[in-house]
Amino acid sequence: MSPNRNILVALLVSGATLLLAGCEHPPVAHEQIGYRGTGMERIVNPRTVAANAALHEAPEAAPAVPADGPKATLLYKNLQVLGDLNVAEFNRTMAAMTQWVAPEQGCAHCHNPANFAEDSKYTKVVARRMIQMTRQINGNWQDHVKETGVTCYTCHRGHNIPEKSWFAEREVATEGRLLGNNFGQNRAGMASVANASLPYDPYTPYLLKANEIRVAGTTALPTGNKTSIKDAEATHGLMIHMSDALGVGCTWCHNTRAMAEWSQSTPQRVQAWFGIRMVREINNEYIVPLTAVTPPDHLGPTGDIAKANCATCHQGANKPLNGAAMAKHYPALAGAAKPADTLAERKAGKN
Amino acid sequence: MAMLSFERKYRVRGGTLLGGDLFDFWVGPFYVGIFGVTTIFFAFLGTALLLYAASLGPTWNIWQINIAPPDLKYGLGLAPLREGGFWQVITVCAVGAFVSWALREVEICRKLGMGYHVPFAYSFAILAYVTLEIVRPVLLGAWGHGFPYGILSHLDWVSNVGYQFLHFHYNPAHMIAVSLFFTTTFALALHGALILSSTNPARGEIVKTPEHEDTFFRDIIGYSIGTLGIHRLGLFLALGAVFFSAVCIVISGPFWTQGWPAWWGWWLRLPIWS
Repeated sequence: MSPNRNILVALLVSGATLLLAGCEHPPVAHEQIGYRGTGMERIVNPRTVAANAALHEAPEAAPAVPADGPKATLLYKNLQVLGDLNVAEFNRTMAAMTQWVAPEQGCAHCHNPANFAEDSKYTKVVARRMIQMTRQINGNWQDHVKETGVTCYTCHRGHNIPEKSWFAEREVATEGRLLGNNFGQNRAGMASVANASLPYDPYTPYLLKANEIRVAGTTALPTGNKTSIKDAEATHGLMIHMSDALGVGCTWCHNTRAMAEWSQSTPQRVQAWFGIRMVREINNEYIVPLTAVTPPDHLGPTGDIAKANCATCHQGANKPLNGAAMAKHYPALAGAAKPADTLAERKAGKN
Repeated sequence: MAMLSFERKYRVRGGTLLGGDLFDFWVGPFYVGIFGVTTIFFAFLGTALLLYAASLGPTWNIWQINIAPPDLKYGLGLAPLREGGFWQVITVCAVGAFVSWALREVEICRKLGMGYHVPFAYSFAILAYVTLEIVRPVLLGAWGHGFPYGILSHLDWVSNVGYQFLHFHYNPAHMIAVSLFFTTTFALALHGALILSSTNPARGEIVKTPEHEDTFFRDIIGYSIGTLGIHRLGLFLALGAVFFSAVCIVISGPFWTQGWPAWWGWWLRLPIWS
């Protein structure tokens, strides 16, 4: 071989190696989620699933305690949300919450050890609100969480603040010129959109504000659909976040020949639709109002509190904790359902 | 069919790969050979099965006819005819017909004492098909990963398989393939325009030579690849496009299961800037 050819071969081999270096390998696991031959399927790497298994394992429930006995209010003061529990269940719940949220700091993470009843620590105020939120989710968002429900552990996983949370991105300021302003997109390595160049804050417009997600027109020909390409890219960014958070592809919910068409979508899309509305409520009704009590060093670059998105609970699994039903073991977290809140009502009313 | 006086000169015996003299003859202008017979056999059987399978379906609408591969649960086994079995037999027929056609080209090349460039080029089309319908399904572990036979249904498959990986434009081999497809058409357009421009001079002027063609490109970009070179380049670009198309789909699933944008993590983690 001539030297030139040697160099060429070396380049090709190193190029191919580089190309494969970032890759996975067969065998893979698959799941069919639509009619055969439509490409409605899910392909996963069983080795990655096995490596992440511990993350999605639910802790064992604490042994159940007798349902009778004196009410906690007889023993403890300042019980604003857990007063209905008996002493044994109350203590069991407190112990579980400590394990879920502050396993290292213990009770003192929220309570003043000298006086457990007082609200001097902001974490206790937050925890109380979070219990109300958990009850609201379990009681009124069964369209999304079904009978499985959620507990503090669904998000916290042993961390004071859930690892998967988000802050608003600081806007790139460019006064009087266009140069240097990326308009919130085209930045390499943004985890929010899994490295894509799409708008990298898909949360503020859709999971905090209620911006319109749908960009597709309702007619075959372009008759008055004014959504822009950037709107479409922002929606694509949100969809990439959702897919990434659940460890699935677009086909988990959509038949991509007609993304917007409900009749061609999978049942998961309905659940996801409710999920988006649920996260909006979580952020607006429960988390953002706690900004005032949160210490400044826990706030984001724009002074906002760490908020929830799909990954906060899901963390890469299409069912958080692989669908383990933890909530049923903790009556303190069971929600008091409001009057029938049906799909139709939600669709008509809240967006 | 009448034969031009000089054509007989090229109709010589021999050069067959298989079957000796048995099918070494022409029907009208067409060379037959054993692979002509197998091409006819597989093409006829495959087409007949397509029509029969279509007749069992709900529609004769040409756009909507759909002969789908089996459910994934059948893995790499045989499926009942009406649940993907037809797709499996038709796929065998298709590969049989395509490969026969390529080998028939080889026999004709041998007769004429030519290189095998034409069957080699055609083989890349077969490679793309085989990659989609056989190699990738085998690597993924089920025939159900192949695309269905139907005008719209196979497009739906393309869309859904692409979106399984969130954003297919981030597939590196897809990027290379698309670039090569564009370059191919660009090169062909320039070449076609150049030849036509030198053979269509102004009224009253003589037809120009390849020297003019070369000079045009030397004048404008300082280099002409030459009359033979342009065809080497064209073949390289076109085959490269098809090759990387096959690569881009075979890596999607067997060698990468996440979204394609995420694949670029290795690039972002290079020690140069991270």
